[in-house]
Amino acid sequence: MFELLGIPPQVLLGQLLLGLINGSFYAVLSLGLAVIFGLLNIINFAHGALYMAAAFVAWMFLNYLGIGYWPALILSPLIVGAFGMVLERTMLSRLYHLDHLYGLLLTFGLALVIQGLFRNYYGVSGLPYQIPEALGGGTNLGFMFLPNYRAWIVVASVLVCFGTWFLIEKTRLGAYLRAGTENPVLVGAFGVNVPLMITLTYGFGVALAGFAGVLAAPIYSVNPVMGEQLIITVFAVVVIGGMGSIMGAILTGYMLGIVEGLTRVFYPEGSNVVIFVIMAIVLMLKPEGLFGRPA
Amino acid sequence: MIRKLAISLSAFAAMTGAPAVAQDIDVKLGVLNDRSGTYADLSGEGSAVATRMAVEDFGAAEKGMDVEVLSADHQNKPDVGSNIAREWYDVEGVDAIVDVPTSSVALAVADITADNNGVFLISGAGSTSLTREQCQPTTVHWTYDTAALANGTGGAVTNAGGEKWFFLTADYAFGHSLEENTMDVVRENGGEVVGSVRHPFPAQDFSSYLLQAQGSGADVIGLANAGSDTVNAIKQASEFGITQAGQSLAALLMFVTDVHSLGAETAQGLNLTEAFYWDQNDATREWTERYEAEMGSKPTMVHAGAYSSTLAYLAAVEALGSAEDGAAVVAQMREMDIDDPFFGKVEIRGDGRAVHDMYLFEVKSPDQSEGEWDLYNQVATISGEDAFLPMLEECDFSKQ
Repeated sequence: MFELLGIPPQVLLGQLLLGLINGSFYAVLSLGLAVIFGLLNIINFAHGALYMAAAFVAWMFLNYLGIGYWPALILSPLIVGAFGMVLERTMLSRLYHLDHLYGLLLTFGLALVIQGLFRNYYGVSGLPYQIPEALGGGTNLGFMFLPNYRAWIVVASVLVCFGTWFLIEKTRLGAYLRAGTENPVLVGAFGVNVPLMITLTYGFGVALAGFAGVLAAPIYSVNPVMGEQLIITVFAVVVIGGMGSIMGAILTGYMLGIVEGLTRVFYPEGSNVVIFVIMAIVLMLKPEGLFGRPA
Repeated sequence: MIRKLAISLSAFAAMTGAPAVAQDIDVKLGVLNDRSGTYADLSGEGSAVATRMAVEDFGAAEKGMDVEVLSADHQNKPDVGSNIAREWYDVEGVDAIVDVPTSSVALAVADITADNNGVFLISGAGSTSLTREQCQPTTVHWTYDTAALANGTGGAVTNAGGEKWFFLTADYAFGHSLEENTMDVVRENGGEVVGSVRHPFPAQDFSSYLLQAQGSGADVIGLANAGSDTVNAIKQASEFGITQAGQSLAALLMFVTDVHSLGAETAQGLNLTEAFYWDQNDATREWTERYEAEMGSKPTMVHAGAYSSTLAYLAAVEALGSAEDGAAVVAQMREMDIDDPFFGKVEIRGDGRAVHDMYLFEVKSPDQSEGEWDLYNQVATISGEDAFLPMLEECDFSKQ
């Protein structure tokens, strides 16, 4: 069989699949960021912290209340989303008329506070969260052993991503949302409650982060820095995809997951940097991002 | 009557080592480590607590020593750590820096300490370079190093039949050093190294590297990393069916906090090397109880090392009557017969390496474990001579 740069095809297939799995997290997280930026013009630096918080909420459900993975997959994004809406109402909504930078600074500060609180109470070693029984074990694909839970991550993230894209780009509600950000006064004049819509949008974006957090809980250790390590990469993904582009965020997320996965085979030391190198190249050649519209 | 009392008092004072009382020595210790990142639980505030406990247990105040303990977060970044170390020596007048996990930071601090004639009491860092290629007359490397880990876990696993090794290595000074030391031990014991992969530090997803390890045909996957990296790698190895398929894992550096985070279910059967375990004897249990009252968790060997190295340091300062000359204090520490409550007989060699016994532990299975922190069975004791590398001639500062 053919070999590519000395790597046997079985290994390559396995790595592509793993890249796709990691890309799933990038896609769901960058989608939330893109929704929030596209509709609210807020650069939500608290995204990683809220992703982490949702993983902790799932852990708390299990350990304090005995509520398992499946209910937590719905409940904990809802709780984190609601918390996000409180943040939006009480703090972020005061910044809409100011420069982007203020929103970035506020959410960055919030991220530090949220992380600090969790670190203080739970330490940094991480807490164990078991894979739900129904998804334990795995399937031998011939070229690799695919844990069922990882397969589930890909399925769940694809469903959520394309559901969101459909909601925003193809439904009446989505049309209101897009119109509301384009011209809030005019849309308000038609009797649409624009501030409420914006709050719900922020809550929804945050809930997406929460969903990714619960997905991640069983495979990474649940710890306060899990979001911090991911968020910078996710921002790079959003920039590469084009700020505010929904489909761009989704596709770039999967794509960069795969690129990163391949880097781990060919030059593992560079796997941390490769996304940023791509970001720099994209910014030089096409500053609006791969899927962005020129401003 | 009063005169008589005064005379007997001064006689009493003379008998009980009065010079210290009269001297009034000021000592400032700086605990520098990771207080917020991946190594915060195994070092962090716990090391500061342990250092303060050492000051108290030494009875510094009663001996007329005024000891102050500072602490700071180096965020695992050599530049941040260097700046704090310089500021501590130049502005704060710190006499000794304690702990400093993350070898890349520790190597930077070792040089700065030598330039300022301070003392560097290393507990958290593991690179053997600290007492070899980059040895300094002001360094004391107390708790463990990568050679001891390699000799302990690497030797045990190879002798138990794990002949072909693949390494998963954290891409910085500590990981490189641990990988190199373990490769040597594996080869010495008749094993073979079939490959290695270096991952960025810190990393979350190890599936890609694990798959490479699986494809290598190795018997053993050596994890030359630490903290949450090791925890995530072990968790994911079990998820991807690697351990079930017959390859075994050797966690070359694991602390009790990591094992606790994994839980006995996932970690059972792992071999690991440590210098201290909280449930080893009455002295460790009694100290752990006091430590836990303050920190809320069990101490790691890094915390114990911060405690013990501070005790030894203060004893040397007391004997010298001053903490000013760092190199002299370390020379004094080398001269002393140290019988430590946790580490037993400790000899500080000319290169600053503290030589003491290390222990090989096995993680208990969930049925053996009687509580969430009841995690280790002791398998073997490795004598200091077997655990640590021999001293390099050019690093023997006792002769210079």
